[in-house]
Amino acid sequence: MELNARIPDGPVEKKWENHRFEMKLVNPANKRKYDVIVVGTGLAGASAAATMGELGYNVQAFTHHESPRRAHSIAAQGGINAAKNYQNDGDSVYRLFYDTVKGGDFRSREANVYRLAEVSLNIIDQAVAQGVPFAREYGGLLANRSFGGAQVSRTFYARGQTGQQLLLGAYQALERQVKAGKVTMHASKEMLDVVVIDGVARGIVTRDLRTGKIERHAADAVVLCTGGYSNVFFLSTNAQKCNVTATWRAHKRGAGFANPCFTQIHPTCIPPSGEYQSKLTLMSESLRNDGRIWVPKDPEDKRKGNDIPEDERDYYLERLYPSFGNLTPRDIASRRAKEMVDKGHGVGPLENGVFLDFKHAIERLGKDTVAERYGNLFEMYERITGEDPYERPMRIFPAPHYTMGGLWVDYDLMTTVPGLFAAGEANFSDHGANRLGASALMQGLADGYFVVPLTIGNYLADVTPGTVDTTHAAFSDVERDVTDRQNRLLGSDGSRSAASFHRELGGIMWEHCGMVRTEEGLRTALQRIPELREQFWNEVRVPGTGEGLNPELEQAGRVADFLEFAEVMCWDALTRDESCGAHYRPEHVTDEGEAKRDDENFSHAAVWEFTGVGEEPVRHTEELEFPNVPPSQRSYK
Amino acid sequence: MDLKLNVWRQSGPDDPGRFESYEAKDISPDMSFLEMLDVVNERLLEEDGDPIAFDHDCREGICGSCGMMIDGVPHGPKSMTTVCQLHMRSFEDGDELTLEPFRASSFPVLKDLYVDRTPFDTIIASGGYISVRTGSAKEANSEPVRKRDADAAFDAAACIGCAACVAACPNASAMLFTASKVAHLAHLPQGQTERYSRVLDMIDTHDSEGFGNCTNHGACENACPKGISVDYIAQLNRDLFKATVTAQPEPARG
Repeated sequence: MELNARIPDGPVEKKWENHRFEMKLVNPANKRKYDVIVVGTGLAGASAAATMGELGYNVQAFTHHESPRRAHSIAAQGGINAAKNYQNDGDSVYRLFYDTVKGGDFRSREANVYRLAEVSLNIIDQAVAQGVPFAREYGGLLANRSFGGAQVSRTFYARGQTGQQLLLGAYQALERQVKAGKVTMHASKEMLDVVVIDGVARGIVTRDLRTGKIERHAADAVVLCTGGYSNVFFLSTNAQKCNVTATWRAHKRGAGFANPCFTQIHPTCIPPSGEYQSKLTLMSESLRNDGRIWVPKDPEDKRKGNDIPEDERDYYLERLYPSFGNLTPRDIASRRAKEMVDKGHGVGPLENGVFLDFKHAIERLGKDTVAERYGNLFEMYERITGEDPYERPMRIFPAPHYTMGGLWVDYDLMTTVPGLFAAGEANFSDHGANRLGASALMQGLADGYFVVPLTIGNYLADVTPGTVDTTHAAFSDVERDVTDRQNRLLGSDGSRSAASFHRELGGIMWEHCGMVRTEEGLRTALQRIPELREQFWNEVRVPGTGEGLNPELEQAGRVADFLEFAEVMCWDALTRDESCGAHYRPEHVTDEGEAKRDDENFSHAAVWEFTGVGEEPVRHTEELEFPNVPPSQRSYK
Repeated sequence: MDLKLNVWRQSGPDDPGRFESYEAKDISPDMSFLEMLDVVNERLLEEDGDPIAFDHDCREGICGSCGMMIDGVPHGPKSMTTVCQLHMRSFEDGDELTLEPFRASSFPVLKDLYVDRTPFDTIIASGGYISVRTGSAKEANSEPVRKRDADAAFDAAACIGCAACVAACPNASAMLFTASKVAHLAHLPQGQTERYSRVLDMIDTHDSEGFGNCTNHGACENACPKGISVDYIAQLNRDLFKATVTAQPEPARG
């Protein structure tokens, strides 16, 4: 597997500009001769499809949702970063670049991150022009806030619904191109495989979820914008239908998968309330600005939070990190919460959370101010738990939230399969080992509006359009693979639901490849996953047929892919014998108990090559260099 | 708690459909309504039954995928709450509940409680946007927007497209949905250029997709999980009136 990142020459701040000049162009009159497939209609997919349609390409857009507006980007709450420096607080493109590389704990690619920071400016302009109702000041200018520990206020937001408003902006741009005839929308069609002919991506095979029809679609290039894989943990903040299928099937057809073990855990979610729990709900991190996190000092203390006196409480983040206190970064806050629960200090009926207490904030600021800042979050919390956070401390616990790993891509966002691109959360390039708050929306839209629509031209300029159609034998072969797999699922005569296997897999991954990964635990997981997979294929029950709507069949297919993917995630965690960012190996910690990088041996992206289901995959590396941001050790004491 | 569910079962768009009854036993009051249905489905599956189909995704009340009638009320008894955010503590032990899909002739039932809301996308495609090409936007802060306009635009833009408004309306009108987008864009300076052509095009499409007209019942506002006000329909009507009387016909879009 050849890993040539094709990073343009020149100083980091000139690379994108130089590259835009040097890239080959497709003549405007020729663009309409090219068919481009875009899979997924979240921020990256909708913006890429709309923009390529505007440029003149024939775009075929696919989503497994009933409508492109349902994609999970819609659920992002907090905001979107951009280096506008509207607050005159010293922000700049270079500072956003610097913060992102450092926040990623020196495991991302500098050139890509710089470009991300650079185009962040254009994203805000674009969104405002589309009518995205960002928060404004009384003077009518755009408002900003500081987010996720950043020392400048560069986050733009639309109440707690920033993702929704940005996605609706991109969705509306997409629908405009649908109306103009430049984008054909294929809703309720799930991509089940990529068709690769002579090493080049030439199309996809899908299932129409309403009719059950398996279909072939040919194109000159394929762009995957299919999101992340947090649902490998079963319980995560992701929507129920988020899955790894598209990227995993692309991986099985030759696309390298980079850093699959880099997964982010969000510290402030509502703890599960029982076995039936289907997902976890994130509460905005901003709660940590005024809430104080604590547990009872005595693990045996079963009193209600309010009945425990001050001197019997352990405000452990304030104790351990006097200068950052409750605002320590996500990974640290998460790990410490888990540690407290593991030691028996957990609170709530299942003893699976820690307290986040607003009593002092209400005393200091008054109930009205607290309500103004957090009222909608308190309501959400009460709706789910039935408990009133004004009267008693909230209970929180970390939950899987975002995946930094993804398909390996070069500077042009092309995977190791020529003609196959990956954008947004589906690729690996920008966040390294840890993503900063409010940077996911930024990356999805940067890739979709400003990167892929340009770089795809650089590829297509050398491609003769329409050389392959769906009658090619490779399409028949892939369609047969897809159909066989579906028949195997439908033919299994077991009695267990796919969800029950998913829950079990999630338990293994959370235990052994979640917040803390030990060598022993990872080896246990690598033994149990294949056993569970075999059990799945023997004991799963998928009712109904392949015809028509069959949600159980959809789910079973996704769980089957997670059961394969989980192994490479564990291999990645096992072989990355260091701690960095969100990847925490207790064998590698500093004297202060924090993640300790090993730059000598692991300053690289690990890129996995598929060798067969259940076979040990092959690990390749892309060396990472940091000429602009010299690596340093984080400290939040 | 134990409940009895009378659920609309329909195998596909051409099946006439019927109610069937199910027992939901040992339900925790902390479950969400959809988690309760997950449990019913998992038991059905183990007993060789056919699970009840319903659409859902984020389970946080924002994606707009879920929605069903519970005892004739869209999204069930709790106001400003989608069915995924409704919890079983809103019900009593022994309750008997009737579950039906959102019904409107524009929304064919795909299966059981799962309907096809594609006509909403068609309405948006007919004009629910500002025509701005990627790359042609001006500096974001070059045009201030009064805070109250920005806030009003946001209130309208909060629509999640779940279709509870259509299900609640005796005319199966999608006027609240359409008005929310018309008002969102009409409140912003960026939306002025296409303001009147937009309302004409979107209403044309609304009607041709088979939705009924608005006769001011207000049931939509009551049913809306995001609290979108019927005042936006009044605003749409003002813009529509003005557009019909005064606007020059626009050349065809493209």
